[in-house]
Amino acid sequence: MTTDSQPAAVRANSVIKAFGTGDTKVTVLKGIDLEVYLGELLLLVGESGGGKTTLLSAIAGILDIDEGHIDVLGVPLSTLPPGKRTTFRGQTMGFIYQQFNLLPALTAAENVAVPLLIQRIRRTEALRRARMMLDRVGLSDRTEFVPKNLSGGQQQRVAIARALVNEPRLLVCDEPTAALDGANGQKIMELLREVGRSPDRCVIVVTHDSRIFHFGDRMANLTDGRIVNIERIQQEGTA
Amino acid sequence: MNYVALKMLFGDRAKYLMLLCGLTFAVMLIVQQGSIFWGLMMWSQASITNLNVPIWVTDPGIAQVDEVKPIADTAVDRVRSVDGVEWAVPLYKGLLRARLANGEYHQITLTGLESATLIGRPAEVLEGRFEDILQPDAVVLDQWAVERMGGPTVIKVGTIFELNDKLARVVAIAKTQKSFTNIPVVYTTYERAIRYIPHERRTLSYVLAKAKDGIPVEDVIQRIQTQTGLGAFTAEEFGWKTILWVLKNTGIGINFGTTILLGFIVGMAIAGQTFYLFTVENLRQFGALKAMGASTLTLARMILLQAFTVGLTGYGVGIGLATVFGYLTASGGSLPFVETWQLLLLVLVALLTICIVSATVSIVKLARLEPGIVFR
Repeated sequence: MTTDSQPAAVRANSVIKAFGTGDTKVTVLKGIDLEVYLGELLLLVGESGGGKTTLLSAIAGILDIDEGHIDVLGVPLSTLPPGKRTTFRGQTMGFIYQQFNLLPALTAAENVAVPLLIQRIRRTEALRRARMMLDRVGLSDRTEFVPKNLSGGQQQRVAIARALVNEPRLLVCDEPTAALDGANGQKIMELLREVGRSPDRCVIVVTHDSRIFHFGDRMANLTDGRIVNIERIQQEGTA
Repeated sequence: MNYVALKMLFGDRAKYLMLLCGLTFAVMLIVQQGSIFWGLMMWSQASITNLNVPIWVTDPGIAQVDEVKPIADTAVDRVRSVDGVEWAVPLYKGLLRARLANGEYHQITLTGLESATLIGRPAEVLEGRFEDILQPDAVVLDQWAVERMGGPTVIKVGTIFELNDKLARVVAIAKTQKSFTNIPVVYTTYERAIRYIPHERRTLSYVLAKAKDGIPVEDVIQRIQTQTGLGAFTAEEFGWKTILWVLKNTGIGINFGTTILLGFIVGMAIAGQTFYLFTVENLRQFGALKAMGASTLTLARMILLQAFTVGLTGYGVGIGLATVFGYLTASGGSLPFVETWQLLLLVLVALLTICIVSATVSIVKLARLEPGIVFR
């Protein structure tokens, strides 16, 4: 559980992003103001085409914005040069995608080790840490399996292990349960909530899946490029 | 990340094999066609290489070795008198018809060597003794003459046939490089060759010479040209002169050049396109890596590593297959196939160039790739 008094991990001010030009120009984000705090799991919800994934990409620094500012962990991400932004992203962020985006040729352990290899950590050490992380997500017996030999739930757990292996302070998740059945989705969200409750981390989850809303601390509703409301979610067992 | 790059490359076996096949095919085609082409060129100057002498002197207007322009007999002494010449001997070379005992006629190249030294004789003798050429009516044939004139049952040591109604007796079979025209070569002494041919005012085809040790061949050639007014060439120069004549005056240059060029373009286009498609199909994976913090430089290194790995593998396999082809089809010298290091180097450079070009195109695409692709 977080409070607004905790430090903001992400601060977005008046963010505008449009695609296309002239008559085909579509403004997807129309002045977004949002703060995400350390120690919380924020759900980004709203209708399809409302701009959720675009906002998530902008916060992650993988999409340039047209106007406004985005600070992540005190760093003005939106004004960083692309190279520094890439380095910053590698050091501080983890990503979980709807389609997992595991490298099909690599084993589960190798997939999880990729963010460490990008940080130039030796392969043996990276694989050791990757196997430990897979153990944490309950896949210690699947470390040498390639993705095609894993179930959807197992693949998403590998993706989560990969996102967490370099201990990112900001975890960005796009529809992490969309490709999973209910039970696997719940397990994944329990893992993400555990991460989000660490005092020096936060998790942003874009989702349509109402079955997982109760895992969030707050829920921001993004409709037609604007955040129409942000509500705190009543947790089970709290008044 | 080299490890990840190689796993990505080898992991998709179908794509990898397709890529490898494209490159292998391109390399094999170029090396095979190039080697056959160069083999033919070597054949075209076989008359020069078979005699293995350093300096050839003849009419200055000569175009190529098989286009003999007889010179005056005095040329031998004139060349011998040039300062720096260690020795100079006459050579007869001309076409004649041979009539076998079974009545068959065959066109042959009659080669007359100076009897005192037998300079220009083939290095290897397969049957008999070359020195027996000094016996009356003796001739030595090359192995291609045996093949062309009826095989070893018809032509062997001891066989007698006629040259211009005069008797010729085979005393040895020599091993030579096959010639471009594949006309059988009959060796005899210079004096006997003159007796075999119809009477001509000029009978000397070439003067073969050697520079004294320590004197540059080029200097001696210059002196021969200045003092005798004849054309003088090193064996290498004369060989190139002959090759260039063949290229210019026959369709071989254009035909083979076109085939090699097409093979190069098609092969390299296949290789470049396949590699580019390989990268494009992996764009989402590269996007994921970029989102996770892999810099464009890191991705570029990965792409280049993949390109060079598959390129060099294709190069090795392609050359191996071309060499096996050459070994199987050209062993014994019956087909022209000369694989030179220059050709292999040229193909390597070309292949690496196409790898770099296709990798660069892919890298530019990756540099422009928004990692946001992974969220779509």
